[in-house]
Amino acid sequence: MPYEYPKFEYRRNADQDAKVPVRHPVVIAGAGPVGLALAVDLALKQVPVILLEAQDTISVGSRAICFAKRTLEVCERLGLGRRLLEKGVTWKKGVVFFGDDEVFEFDLLPEEGHQFPAFINLQQYYLELYAIERAQELREFIDLRWCSELQAIDSGENGVRLTVGTPDGAYQLDCDWLIAADGARSFCRKSLGLEFEGRTFDDQFLIADIKTKADMPPVRRFWFAPTFTDADSALLHMQPDDVWRLDFQIGPEADAAEEMQIENVMRRVRGMLGNEIEPDLEWISVYRFQSRCIRNFVHGRVIFTGDAAHQVSPFGARGANSGIQDAENLAWKLQLVLKELAPESLLDSYNAERTYAAEENIRHSTQSTDFIAPKGVISLAYRNAVLSLAKQYKFARPLINSGRLSTPTIHRESMLNTADVDSWSGKLMPGAPAADAPLQSPEGESWLLSQLKGEFTLLYFTEDAVPELVEAELRSLSKNLVPVKPLLIGLKPESQGVSVFDLQGLAALRYDARNGTTYLLRPDQHICARWKTFSLDEIRSALNTATCN
Amino acid sequence: MKLNLEPKIEDPDGFYNQLIRLHDGLSEAQSLELQSRMILLLANHIGDSEVLSEVMRIAREPFTE
Repeated sequence: MPYEYPKFEYRRNADQDAKVPVRHPVVIAGAGPVGLALAVDLALKQVPVILLEAQDTISVGSRAICFAKRTLEVCERLGLGRRLLEKGVTWKKGVVFFGDDEVFEFDLLPEEGHQFPAFINLQQYYLELYAIERAQELREFIDLRWCSELQAIDSGENGVRLTVGTPDGAYQLDCDWLIAADGARSFCRKSLGLEFEGRTFDDQFLIADIKTKADMPPVRRFWFAPTFTDADSALLHMQPDDVWRLDFQIGPEADAAEEMQIENVMRRVRGMLGNEIEPDLEWISVYRFQSRCIRNFVHGRVIFTGDAAHQVSPFGARGANSGIQDAENLAWKLQLVLKELAPESLLDSYNAERTYAAEENIRHSTQSTDFIAPKGVISLAYRNAVLSLAKQYKFARPLINSGRLSTPTIHRESMLNTADVDSWSGKLMPGAPAADAPLQSPEGESWLLSQLKGEFTLLYFTEDAVPELVEAELRSLSKNLVPVKPLLIGLKPESQGVSVFDLQGLAALRYDARNGTTYLLRPDQHICARWKTFSLDEIRSALNTATCN
Repeated sequence: MKLNLEPKIEDPDGFYNQLIRLHDGLSEAQSLELQSRMILLLANHIGDSEVLSEVMRIAREPFTE
């Protein structure tokens, strides 16, 4: 049986009867994955949010299905991570074929010691449904308004006046900040007259989500030039509920309506999975894609996130995953600005960091597209040369690009970072998201990232007892206007005064930590500064840098 | 075998993109000439005739009986 979409009821709200438009601190347009993640994040920071959604249900069709490790880590902080993990199909391996030949296999997370896997596959509607349920738990702060369509935006210097259409007619409301999370066809973007810059691709892709009991492993399978169907590439992915995502590259000239005929879809499905298969068709769609973004994500009091700001090809799962990163990047900055604990210029760092991320994602997804759908004889010759060499010769394998799957952007050049003065080994650096590692707490096994609760956090590693002076300074930091919460990590079983222990030594390894090593983490878990020794002055200065104070 | 067949290219995606973009705006004949120029430059850099023979043999593999 296909998935049944829940209906959410439109309810009249007090703003509709107000004589003058009521003012709210934050209005988010669009209750997709990005708008919902941002609403929940802000609510956890006790910022009240109005979330406007034009429809009365969740995403129709599975749409985004691959959620990356970083997204799960963000969602865990929002109170959703375990639920997504339990429902989703965990995978980390991919196999690439050229014609009928297996060319190579890859593993996206070859190391142990992380709470979340490299990827789960999950229909977008489940992510949205769970996030809506989370938003309902936080209803003290989140007012989710269904059947509420943004119809006009009047953007002023200190706020925005909105006109919202409802089944009862239109009403107006004011907000300090409008967050556009209204997707690729963003009304907000059109209303502000902002142009996308980038490329549109001609190639068409046919998606078929089918439901069938099939005994196949949760491995991403990708075919270049498959022989079992008339397509330039094909992809197979497992989803929960016995649903499989099949994606066929059908070329620029294909007749979309014809391709979507059930018998034509079934011919391709059977080509891939065998003639005996009798699946239910869950969802069929033909799409083209763009790689493009708007130049600035912050326009006065209107801030753009997710697909409303940037779009990528689907190869690499960089759409929804990067949108969730937009949300986590924006939430804490907006909170500090609203509480007047940071100047509005902190939001410039949102623009700088997330336009940089969008460019990175566009670059990766465009390069994948150039490999998957080569334009012209020469590009095709190079592509086929790489694939034919790769089976036998290892050197060619890194050149194969069937999608570089989403990893979090490292904000290397961020204005919020304090540059390293000490020398460090390992992969971490200022601007990178904090690495996970297993820790032991008095309550049992835990994870480093689970200890980070959406505030500035100071990681302090110690081999023995925490020095009294450090303890006193940590207390003063936790009472700061922008509080910095300490997380004391014992490197040895005999460490004293600590909250958690790194008994496997993986945190020490990943953080290159010794006695006295200190990391300052942002509320979005990104590293903004680190030192080999503890210094209150350095920490205060780095905190000021990270908050534009 | 003297030829190194382990991955060595520092930024595979960046390199591949540069390689593809290099042909932008060229006719097929020009592209072929460009490829030939590149091969000659690389061959001279390598110099070692044993390595170059290995390269030629492997490159021709799909087209030999």
